[in-house]
Amino acid sequence: MADLTTNFLGITSPNPFWLASAPPTDKEYNVRRAFEAGWGGVVWKTLGSEGPPIVNVNGPRYGAIYGADRRLLGLNNIELITDRPLETNLEEMARVKADYPDRALIASIMVPCEEEAWKAILPRVEETNADGIELNFGCPHGMSERGMGAAVGQVPEYIEMVTRWCKKYYDRPVIVKLTPNITDVRYPARAAKNGGADAVSLINTISSITSVNLDNFSPEPSIDGKGSHGGYCGPAVKPIAMNMVAEIARDPETHGLPISGIGGVTTWRDAAEFMSLGAGNVQVCTAAMTYGFKIVQEMITGLSEWMDKKGYTSTSDFIGQAVPNVTDWQYLNLNYIAKAKIDQDACIKCGRCYIACEDTSHQAIWMKEGRVFEVNDAECVACNLCVDVCPIEGCITMERMPAGATDPRTGQTVQDEYANWTMHPNNPSSQAAE
Amino acid sequence: MNSPTTSGIVAGRLNEQQLADNFSDLHAPLDPHEASVAADRCYFCHDAPCVTACPTDIDIPLFIRQIATGQPEGAAKTILSQNILGGMCARVCPTETLCEQACVREEAEGKPVIIGQLQRFATDTLMAQGIHPFAREGNTGKRVAVVGAGPSGLACAHRLAMRGHDVVIYEASTKAGGLNEFGIAAYKSTDDFAAKEVDWLLKIGGITIETGKALGQGLNLSDLTSEFDAVFLSIGLGGVNDLAASGADKIGVTDAVDFISLLRQTDDLKTLPIGRNVVVIGGGMTAVDAAVQSKLLGAENVTIAYRRGRDRMAASEFEQDLATSKGVRILYNLQPVAFHGNGSVVEVEFEYTADTPTGLQGTGETMRIPADQVFKAIGQTLETSEQLKIERGKIAVTGAGRTSVGGVWAGGDCALGGEDLTVTAVAEGRDAAEDIHQTLMGKA
Repeated sequence: MADLTTNFLGITSPNPFWLASAPPTDKEYNVRRAFEAGWGGVVWKTLGSEGPPIVNVNGPRYGAIYGADRRLLGLNNIELITDRPLETNLEEMARVKADYPDRALIASIMVPCEEEAWKAILPRVEETNADGIELNFGCPHGMSERGMGAAVGQVPEYIEMVTRWCKKYYDRPVIVKLTPNITDVRYPARAAKNGGADAVSLINTISSITSVNLDNFSPEPSIDGKGSHGGYCGPAVKPIAMNMVAEIARDPETHGLPISGIGGVTTWRDAAEFMSLGAGNVQVCTAAMTYGFKIVQEMITGLSEWMDKKGYTSTSDFIGQAVPNVTDWQYLNLNYIAKAKIDQDACIKCGRCYIACEDTSHQAIWMKEGRVFEVNDAECVACNLCVDVCPIEGCITMERMPAGATDPRTGQTVQDEYANWTMHPNNPSSQAAE
Repeated sequence: MNSPTTSGIVAGRLNEQQLADNFSDLHAPLDPHEASVAADRCYFCHDAPCVTACPTDIDIPLFIRQIATGQPEGAAKTILSQNILGGMCARVCPTETLCEQACVREEAEGKPVIIGQLQRFATDTLMAQGIHPFAREGNTGKRVAVVGAGPSGLACAHRLAMRGHDVVIYEASTKAGGLNEFGIAAYKSTDDFAAKEVDWLLKIGGITIETGKALGQGLNLSDLTSEFDAVFLSIGLGGVNDLAASGADKIGVTDAVDFISLLRQTDDLKTLPIGRNVVVIGGGMTAVDAAVQSKLLGAENVTIAYRRGRDRMAASEFEQDLATSKGVRILYNLQPVAFHGNGSVVEVEFEYTADTPTGLQGTGETMRIPADQVFKAIGQTLETSEQLKIERGKIAVTGAGRTSVGGVWAGGDCALGGEDLTVTAVAEGRDAAEDIHQTLMGKA
């Protein structure tokens, strides 16, 4: 079993699986259970300023969307930051950290955008011996209406300013948690870096309405017939989160800035993907809220075994490995030509590839006598839709055409050399290859 | 109090509770959660093989998607627009040889989507609300006679009524429903479902049923053709095949169809006598239904004896497994040669058979099985004296059930073509109705 010990900002944890700041990390009781189950670290549920705590709604906080068999694909929540007194949280954090010195414990913080507020809370957090802090600039509901959370995260200048205050009044690592509710995530990431952040973590939840009650026309979750947008998370947001992680990892201005990856991590494979795109570790919430803390055991064994198979001895061996392969569309190789291939032995003859191609794509699949489905290479553009809709994994594959072969769709010879849009004759601004 | 080991043909071998358990639904109805889980397994195939396999061409992927998206009533309408007896077919169709055999998940995992049970969920949901989702088109002034109120006749009558024609159904027995009412194992149609389905079907309006009337029993074809604009014959197979074995007239030797019918019409099963040692001769669904129900009534030993091998048996593998799971013994390659006993049958003598290139041959070797009750289930025959062209023992038809006599259509078991299944009968009745409609309206 490969050693999963991960060093993130000098904070070591036995594995890269941290629980994100969220309902599962609101209390000592939960966090102790998480550490007993094997989680490598915990970002404690966001703390607010001293004084009367915020209040939550007293009706449903969560809404969901489902896949087949009511598998939870996306969760939305309107819960706010911790609704327990600051003192209680700080005492519990100190106790837990003392009992689990090998685990990472990070304090998430959200206080008003005033220097005094940060100056007041940071020393209190430091006393708990927490390993670092995470600035919650992402929460899209409730707190943002009070000028905190995403309201800060959507203004790069504020991010930079608050980060600076934190670096001024706090000696340990400062992680800035980014909101995805923004046009280009590179701007807040750059601001965090400019403010001196040690890392960014992303994504926070996405503003969302999960469903509408068609009897009373209330958005869900419904509080007395009204609904408010919540923060969306879970497997459904993973593609959005990974793109944002990759954008920051490959941006020349933020390249090398440590990233904690968040957004729909449910299995070891999700974690490995985030990390290959540049995340130094991952944070998990919805998967734990769906299945309980035990799921970390699958993540630990899965990642270890994959690393063993690949010959990796440390998570740093594969972190960022996919970043150089994330590029802009204009640099994709237009001389890469593939065709779909259907494995007749694996095919169960459902015909979904056929109808998807026939109705909505390129009419490149034949339906022959006896429900035999075959690809017509002369029409196939290798769009991959057939692969995506096929219920049998591996039944349809995309096979690259070798150089020198003739593409029956275009009648042209497949070229060996790389050529992209910037060089293409149809591009008015193309430049000659030489 | 009698028991399974009481000798002879006696009633009350099992107590009330045992009988109630034995004759409860073969498949308990799906609850909404089960239906939702089952519906999620459907892949919504293109030109789905299950639809091709369905004699009534129900759009199965569509109705399952309607269930999955919370529209069981819409699903029912999808089903019933193709098959007005979709409720009964959901219970009695041999889905394992039709839609579910063709399901791609049968190919993928050996576990098809449970189409039959989903169909029942949808149709039961709609019928429980008392909704009849079809209305009649404008009255055409045409009148059609339907002879026989079985599945084919009911399907034909419903479609004709829907198209605006007035229909009179003549039924020989005292009750409509045909084999749905009299010929199907009780555990497949519990809670008087066949009768309720007929009542529900008649809600369309425009259909009257006259019982106690049949061809040769107050009716003849030439009167019908002159009185009505068209006639549809769905008279089933009224006769039964005879056995060549000697002693078939002994007491205790009867037709399986009569036993099944009697059982279905018996309110208190404690009063229904059954033998201790029951032998059923035949290899079709009727044989299985008779054998299984004999066992469920408390017979100690029930044996099905079939003259050919297992692979030739008309009852599906599912039906055979059902029989053996209930404790019925199935013996193959045995043909009866004699029934022994002094007045009442006490044992059946069989000869072993072998399939040879020149046909089925007795081997000369014999054996005997004790039997105080024997049910013959070796096939039914058409009974009619009308001047209709008969082919291979059935009414010859062309197209959508057109007989050799002008203005007369036929469908269901009495007509040539298709398997003798409820669902096939429904399809034939429906299609004949459309053909009659086109003809009467001068469109064909």
